[in-house]
Order: sequence, then C-alpha cells, then structure tokens
Amino acid sequence: MTAVPALAVDDLSVEFRTRSGTVKVLEKVGFEVDKGETIALVGESGSGKSVTAFAVMGILDPAGRVTAGRAMFGGSDLLAMSERDLAEQRGRELSMIFQNPRTALNPIRRVGQQIADVLVRHGGATSTEAPRAAVEMLKKVRIPDPERRAEAYPFELSGGMCQRIMIAIALSCRPALLIADEPTTGLDVTTQAVIMDLIGELAHESGMATIFITHDLALAAEYCDRIVVMHAGHIVEAAPGRELFSQPRHPYSAKLLAATPGETASLAELASIPGGLPDLRRSDLPACRYSDRCERRLDDCTRPLPRRALGERHMVACWNPL
Amino acid sequence: MLKMLLSRLATAIPSLIGVVIVTFMLTRLLPGDPAAYFAGLAASPQAIAEIRTKLGLDKSLPEQFVAYISDLLHGNLGNSLSTGQPVVAEIATRLPASGELTLAALILAVCIAIPLGVLAAVKQGTWIDHLCRIVTTAGVSLPVFFTGLLFAYVFYYLLQIAPAPTGRLDVFLSPPTHITGFYLIDSALTGNLETFWGALRQLALPAISMAIFSLAPLARMTRGSMLSVLGSDFIRTARASGLAPRTVVFTYAFRNAVLPVITTLGMVFSFLLGANVLVETVFAWPGIGLYAVNALITSDYAPVQGFVLTMALLYVALNLAIDCLYGLVDPRVRLDS
Repeated sequence: MTAVPALAVDDLSVEFRTRSGTVKVLEKVGFEVDKGETIALVGESGSGKSVTAFAVMGILDPAGRVTAGRAMFGGSDLLAMSERDLAEQRGRELSMIFQNPRTALNPIRRVGQQIADVLVRHGGATSTEAPRAAVEMLKKVRIPDPERRAEAYPFELSGGMCQRIMIAIALSCRPALLIADEPTTGLDVTTQAVIMDLIGELAHESGMATIFITHDLALAAEYCDRIVVMHAGHIVEAAPGRELFSQPRHPYSAKLLAATPGETASLAELASIPGGLPDLRRSDLPACRYSDRCERRLDDCTRPLPRRALGERHMVACWNPL
Repeated sequence: MLKMLLSRLATAIPSLIGVVIVTFMLTRLLPGDPAAYFAGLAASPQAIAEIRTKLGLDKSLPEQFVAYISDLLHGNLGNSLSTGQPVVAEIATRLPASGELTLAALILAVCIAIPLGVLAAVKQGTWIDHLCRIVTTAGVSLPVFFTGLLFAYVFYYLLQIAPAPTGRLDVFLSPPTHITGFYLIDSALTGNLETFWGALRQLALPAISMAIFSLAPLARMTRGSMLSVLGSDFIRTARASGLAPRTVVFTYAFRNAVLPVITTLGMVFSFLLGANVLVETVFAWPGIGLYAVNALITSDYAPVQGFVLTMALLYVALNLAIDCLYGLVDPRVRLDS
C-alpha cells in the first residue's frame, strides 16, 4: 500500500473501570480505512464496535480509558490529542452518526438550528449565513420542503427524517471520515435502504472514508468494500466483503455468516453460535477470546494471537484458520 | 399556547370552589366560639347570644354559606373581629411584605442553587460536587425558624452587625411612597437610598434563612437533572460534532435540564409561602403569615378564610406561571395542547 490511509488504528486497547473490576473492552485493535473507502465493523452486541468508534472520536464515557494504541488521522494521533484540539477536529474532519436518531438530536432545538450550530462552530458559515447553509444541507440529504423542515423540532419528524438530519449535521463541514454507528437500527426496512444509499452516495461524491458499524453482515456486504469482524474486543478477521462471504477463514466469521439470513439459507437453517462472549473482567482471559466457544481449538491457541496475512487485504487472527 | 393557558385556568376553577367550601367549613368547625371570645371573659350569656346574632352565627350553616358566598362575590371578606378592619384591606397591606420576603429568598436561592447544581454535575466528584452535597444536606436539615433564630442571635445579638429583628423597617425610617408595596422597589424608584438600605438590612436575615432552606431542593434537582441530561444521546451527538463545551453545557444540556428544576421551583415557592409563617414570627415581619397565625389563635375566622383564599389564588397563579415557563422552554408542551 502506497497511499496514506485516512485513518490507521493501531494496537488500540481500552479498559472500563466498573464496580466489579476492570473490563478489558478492547485489546490491540488495529485496522485501516483508505480515503474514499467504506469498511464495516461487524460483530455481535458487546464485541466492542461502538467503543472502538467512541475511542477514536474521543467521546468515551468517563469510566473508559484508552490504555494503549494510536489512531493516526491526517498526520496526527487522535488518541494523543488534547481535548481542545480534538474538539476542533470532531464535526469538521471526522464525524459520527448514531443509532436511534430521534434521541440523538436535541429535543427542544429546531433541527435547522442544530445544523447551524455545527457550521458556525467550525467556521463553515457565519451566524447570519448559517440558517441558509443549514437549509442547503437539508436539501443535500433530500429532505422535501427543507425551508419548512428547518423550523421543525425532532419530535415532529419521522425516524428516517431525523437520521437524515443527523447525516446533514455530520456532513455539514465535509469531513474526511464518517463513522456511522448502526445508522439504520430502529428504522423500517425501506427507510434503511434509502439511508444507506444516501450515505454511500454522499461519501462517494466527496471521497470521504466511511466506517460503518453494524451487526448486519448482509447490509455490510452490500455497501462496504471491506469487512472487519470483531469478537469480544479483538479483531478476528478483516477481508474484502466478497472474499469474506465466499471464504471466511476465522471460525467465528464462518459461524456469523451461517447465522445470517441470505438468499440461500432459510430461517430454519440458520445456525446460532454456541456460547456467549467471555466475561471480560476475568484476569485469566485466554489469548484467543473465542477459544472457549471454538470447535477448532488447538493447544497452540493459548499462545498470543497471530495476525496472519492471507493475501493482500485479508487478515485473520487465528492459529487454526479454516 | 393561549388555549393551553385557558384550559389550565379552567381546571383550576373546581379546586377554587373546593377551597371556598373547605375554608368555610373548617373555620366553622374549629374549636373555640368567636362570639364568646369577642364578648370577652366577663360577658353574660345574653351578651354572647346578642353578639352571635350580630355576627350571623345563629343562622343555619347553609344560610351562613349563602351569605358568605354573596360577600365573596362582592369582594368582601368580612371584618377582623380583633381589629375591626376589613380583611381585604389588611391582606392588601400585608401581602407585599410577604411577597417581598418570599421573592427575595427565592431569587437568592435560585442564584446560588442553579450555578452550584450545574457546576456539581459538570465537575462530578470534585470539591464543588462535595460542596453541593454538603450545602443541600445542611439546607434540608436546618428548619427555617431555627436558622432564623440562629442568625438573629449571632448577627444581631452577638456580632451586632444586623438590625433588630423588628419588621420591615427601622422605626426611625419612614416607609417609601406606596407604588408596588415592595419597599426595595418603591424606595429605589423614588430614589430614597436611605430607606432602600434600611429595608435591605432588615430583609437580609429572614430572606437568607429562607433561601438556605429552599436552595437545597433546587440545587439537588439541578444537579440530578443535569447529570441525566449530560448522559443522554443528544449530548453525545453535540460532543461528537465538536461543539464548544460552553454550548454543550448551556445551550444543549441546561435548557433540557431546566424543566424539572422549574417544577421544583414551583414547589419550593409554594412551600416558602407556608414557611413564611415561621420566619415572620421570628423576625416580627408584618406579613400575611403572621396575620393568619394571630387570627387563628384568637378564632378570628374571617382573616383565616381570607388568608387561605389568598393562598389558593396565589397557588393557582403560580401554577399558571409555571405552565407558561414550561411552554416557553419546551416546544413539546406548546404543541401537545
């Protein structure tokens, strides 16, 4: 690879301090996103997808702490930046969209004003131009009758509309990187497709890198160039979407695919993955956090996880890949 | 918005009717015979009966009630038995005294409690958070009359920096021209600085003792409400959009967090109206609380009725004002109605 990636996360570890002990939520997470590329972070709930995004954005809960790692973005390390500098970057260079758009917007502020706030903050518009610029953004995310909608409050809009507003807020300053954290959860299926198409198109137009967090492998395969599979705070496999679907190498990815409804599999044939995520508070966590659930476990699996390159863009963290 | 206010006003009517009935019944059913009290200790039974007839107390309860209602509709709350003055006039002169005290205490409490609560929530776990906890715990555990007495003892008797707790104004000063009935405002309007200063000195101790008590629930509610709002999704969005901390805390979080604080403010205000009675007694404040207590002790029921009715009207007005504030802050309230 010659080009500098838009975002390169390396060795990221995050811990949460809780009453019942320290939870090692992420361990040595590393992945890259190229400029203009769309990748998916997939995994079951609790696998650390959102925490990865929050750590990169610097908006972890106060209980969470980055213990190691780097996140190189535009020549500087986001994790080493002061909160002040990071706040300058957030919303301008890197943006984020959340799930549940209805609660992710300020309930008592007009949506146009919320877009304008971000524009004014990052110098995208002066406070006199901002209302008009906000309407322009609404037009860009294809909200019908944008002048009137800019005056609306979130509770007056549908979930799909609210997610468009979120996208408008996130993209208002033309960021280089967009993180979309399950942007279609809680929306109905037709709206899901519309929102995904919209994000895809806008990203393509501006050459923006996109990280798309989801537990829906089918959706990930449809919209993303590469898929990064996470399990219990580890990245277990990263591969181009088609390759992952046709030839998953990590046992967990294979199980995850078998648990995904597709054209060929009927609901009755879907397999569930045995076992659950390991308790991340344990002090004796195995090197491979999937080993307790794994059918292909070897004696080697107690050794530190390998990162095996299987082809140019395919990585698997397993001693006994498929 | 107007429709909402009118509907709220309409729902207040049944409670007002209830208050009218209850005040009437209560004062008639209270122990103690006003006629006997009014006639004096040495009066003969005939004299008492005569007075009873004069006061209309010999009639049946329904007849008395009809007479009472018709008086009310004419704006006549009767005369006080002990002073002989019309109750309406006495309440009108005493209400501003209580109003000035209560409002001063409330404004003081809000000015301290809200910044304290906001800071405690934003800097959770720091010294300011602990300070907030200490202040709120102390505030609720010290009764108003106790703080009042303590203040009078320390600042008037021991340190002699406060004036004697003898009402709204030193005897050597004359009250300002009556404009609003609030001495501070009236003296400021007429440019009478000496009276303004004197009134302020008299007001300080009772207002502070009431403020200490009422800032506890306000600070606690502000802190709790800010904490829950700061943990909500849209604050995360605001931070993820890189908005300045000031915008996040004030424009985004505080405006959302202020709603339960307004509710608490209403409760505290109505509580202060009641707590007035104690503070007014301690500081010999010529307000309506003191007036009502004196009337109650002497079974002088007309002032008691007047007091309860005035309070009921104040509560209704207060709740209406709270609803207005709610509507101003929260668009959902405005549009739901």
